[in-house]
Amino acid sequence: MKIAVLIKQVPDLVEGLEIDASGKALDQDSLRYIISEADDHALEQALLIRERTGASVDVFALDVGEARDSLTTALAKGAERVTLVAAGLEAAPGSHALAELFAGVLRPQNFDLILTGVRAIDDLDGSLGGLLAGLLELPYVGLIRKVETGPGGETAIVQKEFPGGFITELEVKLPAVLGIQSAEQPPRYVPVSRLRQVMKTAKIGEQAVEPPQAQPIAVERLFKPEEGAGASMLEGTPEELAKQIAGLLAERHLLKG
Amino acid sequence: MTNDVMVIGEHFQGALSQITLELLGKARELAGQLDGKVEAVLLGHGVEPLAAELGAADRLSIADHPLLEHFVPETYEAVIAQRIKQAGPRLVLLGSTSVGLDLIGPLSVRAAVPCFDNCTSLQVREGRVVAISQLYGGKIFAEYAVPETTALVAVVPGSFPAEPGKAAGAPEVLRLAAPPAPRTTFRKLIEPPPGDVDVSKVPLLVAVGRGIQNADNIPLAEELAETLGGAVCASRPVIDQGWLPLTRQVGKSGVTVKPKLYLALGISGAPEHVEGMKQSELIIAVNTDAKAPIFGLAHYGAVADAVEIIPLLTEQIRAASG
Repeated sequence: MKIAVLIKQVPDLVEGLEIDASGKALDQDSLRYIISEADDHALEQALLIRERTGASVDVFALDVGEARDSLTTALAKGAERVTLVAAGLEAAPGSHALAELFAGVLRPQNFDLILTGVRAIDDLDGSLGGLLAGLLELPYVGLIRKVETGPGGETAIVQKEFPGGFITELEVKLPAVLGIQSAEQPPRYVPVSRLRQVMKTAKIGEQAVEPPQAQPIAVERLFKPEEGAGASMLEGTPEELAKQIAGLLAERHLLKG
Repeated sequence: MTNDVMVIGEHFQGALSQITLELLGKARELAGQLDGKVEAVLLGHGVEPLAAELGAADRLSIADHPLLEHFVPETYEAVIAQRIKQAGPRLVLLGSTSVGLDLIGPLSVRAAVPCFDNCTSLQVREGRVVAISQLYGGKIFAEYAVPETTALVAVVPGSFPAEPGKAAGAPEVLRLAAPPAPRTTFRKLIEPPPGDVDVSKVPLLVAVGRGIQNADNIPLAEELAETLGGAVCASRPVIDQGWLPLTRQVGKSGVTVKPKLYLALGISGAPEHVEGMKQSELIIAVNTDAKAPIFGLAHYGAVADAVEIIPLLTEQIRAASG
């Protein structure tokens, strides 16, 4: 079985996000990129399937942000091959453009299973998985929390989340695209020493592709939610804050006794 | 293309989903301004009884087939794509939900129409449909004009009131063709394990998020909840780490709660979480990031380390409760 994992770079929300002078895009200089959280789970799920079945795991990332670092980490975690897809883009494109690029790369390679994160924090025009499945004319299921392979490796048995803790189990004929919400276990940790070792010998494949045809979305303006529009902010030392919160609860008769 | 607004209906375990009424109400408003009609699309098996709740639509398209009994993305998508191509509505509204999220990508490609997700606002301004979507964990909003072709828009649950979608009426009924044989099949429904606390019924909730840092701090939150006479719930990262069971998750894939008190500790307020708790009567948030979206929603907020605050608060409450 051949598994492809598609990972994407997104701005790290720990850093403050700034809007650029045009008012229509994020200020690229203010951004630090990390792997999209759900994509990290998709990689973990692929590695778990490999451990159970001996499948191969190929990881692909578009060459924006710190994609090279994420691919190196994927190698250190145990991916067989990693490939940087270079389209000459400076910032992450929309989901339609990304799906178009990956569809071109994946179409000739006959993967059985294509895993990606179900969504990313910068998805505006839909998410990669469903669009890619549409382009490759493959079945798609998203919001998945578990993947097992069926008899003979011809199907995948997946668990999909619904509100209220309900889960449905579906069987999907392969090849298929799956949108992972969370892997069966938290993404594995790579010790820094292992990462350093891998960095010395890492072979990151590169594939140059034509820029996408899909047009970017014409965003008219970006804005931040009004700061302080909501909460009355409490001030003080941790002890004082705890006292104020307890006071608020007492005032509203939310305390026992 | 027509000026009609189509709503993709959702139901689960025999009940119409709240999001469908929210979308229908919005669709009525938009169709009025665009001078079009509202069409509701309902897929399932034995769903006829739900049709009575869709009176706010002018037209109701029903596909009733054993293959549609449970949500199978491919099968649903094939039927809906066919209807979109046939009807050519100006807008197709879906929920940004477990159902809608699986449909918009494949539909966008198959029907060759643009799609947008995470939408929280839709308005007609000078003949243009202007939408707002929340991005980057709720830290940034994007405003854009929905292209003047058929377009798919997935709306975050809770963005619009459900009341206007409950209007009575007698829509014209259309029958849609049976779906093709799918490559995806339904196997079973797994219900949440019984026995654990149902957090949707607990009036005082202590909610923990990523800011709780590690599993060792969960008992601190449990002690606080016990002192209050409430229960602990959590946002997705805590559940994914396995620190609390899935039954305690509040948000998109979890439970929707409306407690008297929601104490959000180390929760940033990502849209997927907010969706499940924004109707709480009193929200008090503690987070180290002053710019966390949770402060936009909370009634009271404190910029502090939740792990440090929790034991202090337990102590204060214990003292105050006598």
